[in-house]
Amino acid sequence: MRVNFTVNGRPQQADDVWEGESLLYVLRERLGLPGSKNACEQGECGSCTVRLDGVPVCSCLVAAGQVEGREVVTVEGLAEYARQRAEGGSCASGACGTTLDEAKGWSARGAGPQTGEGAPSPRAALSPVQQAFIDAGAVQCGFCTPGLLVAADEMLERNPSPTDEDIREALSGNLCRCTGYEKILDAVRLAAARQERQGEAV
Amino acid sequence: MDFLRPASWEEALAAKAEHPTAVPIAGGTDVMVEINFDHRRPEYLLDLNRVELLGEWEVGEEDVRLGASVPYTRIMEHLRAELPGLALASHTVASPQIRNRGGVGGNLGTASPAGDAHPALLAAGAEVEVESVRGTRFIPIDAFFTGVKRNALQPDELIKTIHVKKADGPQQYSKVGTRNAMVIAVCAFGIALHPETRTVRTGIGSAAPTPVRAREAEEFLNAALEEGGFWDSGRIITPSIAKQFADLASAACNPIDDVRGTARYRRHAVGIMARRTLGWTWEQYRGGARTLEGAA
Repeated sequence: MRVNFTVNGRPQQADDVWEGESLLYVLRERLGLPGSKNACEQGECGSCTVRLDGVPVCSCLVAAGQVEGREVVTVEGLAEYARQRAEGGSCASGACGTTLDEAKGWSARGAGPQTGEGAPSPRAALSPVQQAFIDAGAVQCGFCTPGLLVAADEMLERNPSPTDEDIREALSGNLCRCTGYEKILDAVRLAAARQERQGEAV
Repeated sequence: MDFLRPASWEEALAAKAEHPTAVPIAGGTDVMVEINFDHRRPEYLLDLNRVELLGEWEVGEEDVRLGASVPYTRIMEHLRAELPGLALASHTVASPQIRNRGGVGGNLGTASPAGDAHPALLAAGAEVEVESVRGTRFIPIDAFFTGVKRNALQPDELIKTIHVKKADGPQQYSKVGTRNAMVIAVCAFGIALHPETRTVRTGIGSAAPTPVRAREAEEFLNAALEEGGFWDSGRIITPSIAKQFADLASAACNPIDDVRGTARYRRHAVGIMARRTLGWTWEQYRGGARTLEGAA
């Protein structure tokens, strides 16, 4: 079957989709977006977390046909998504979002270690939470990172001043087998603090 | 495989009547795992995500009419006062990602003995409204679970609404697992005090072939609370009553040994949870004006 849906702000079409296929498979194998990781395929690990109509979900548990007409944001589109959000939302120019080619060519081009001074450049290649993960050393093997980034970014959108408990709860569906989570928690705290400072500066 | 995408409830019923083997899918928590692991290859998948009424709820005089697909996240956010036991149970379901999509209808459809919602529904009192093109049935929750992963649904029926009694007293829920998130219950226990009828109801999860009530424990406790005048006096429940209640709850289990725990452990843990949750709810009851919202 054919599935039409929006990925990272741009309309996409996937063809020859098997009816039992997951959204994760469509993203990775049909659209060539391997950022969302395929690990447990049973919703246990959170590595495949994407946003479906704004809500964080395990893309391995969404049937491809269920996303017809709906909006998906993957880790490849996270930087642009966060940038648009920071600028107040709607896409007036119509040129927002992330094309498939941009998404496929995405790599982590950070602004270098930040000390927290100064605002990120307007066309940041990294979302604040991505930059914070780099700065806090929250990435080891990196396999869980995309899912954690999507989940953490959503929490900070909903809850700009999270307590440690809020962070643990929001990330409780994402497993990391390297870090012991401490640096990940540091990174989310850092992103929240920077977000707060920036809010005050405006 | 065919993917059926009804746009309305009527279309969904028609599709299920035409294809009784169709597997309904909403949050995908159970169905997608079975497909991903090739444990199941249904001829038809029946997507219920576009049926709006399944995602809605309504708070009435007596009960909450909960659409089958209302995500656990919504229950936690919006129904803590009306359905404290179910809200607590919802919070123990898997992870935020899963709770954002999964709902009670899917839990009932799978009818696993370990389903997190079931003990809370048994304790609160609930009816499951199911429908087919032939008409509507209301199945009492006590008659809904018919065997391991079996329920009282006919092949052409779909779960529409869960009618859960609004809390008239404190409710609690306890679940044993190896960690807080992403855990299938080793065993679970739900309790609801119903001061209006001066009764206590319970639900046991994952410690018998189906979710069950601890009926003898309930009957014992109802009699003991009545005889001792506890409902009026609000006195602390004596340790001997609590122990007898716990022992009877434990005896209501009919568990197995499996990868998550032994039968012996489950019986033991259910007794402990029964005693503890009784203590918590009774403290809330004694506290009177204190919030009925779940505390976990």
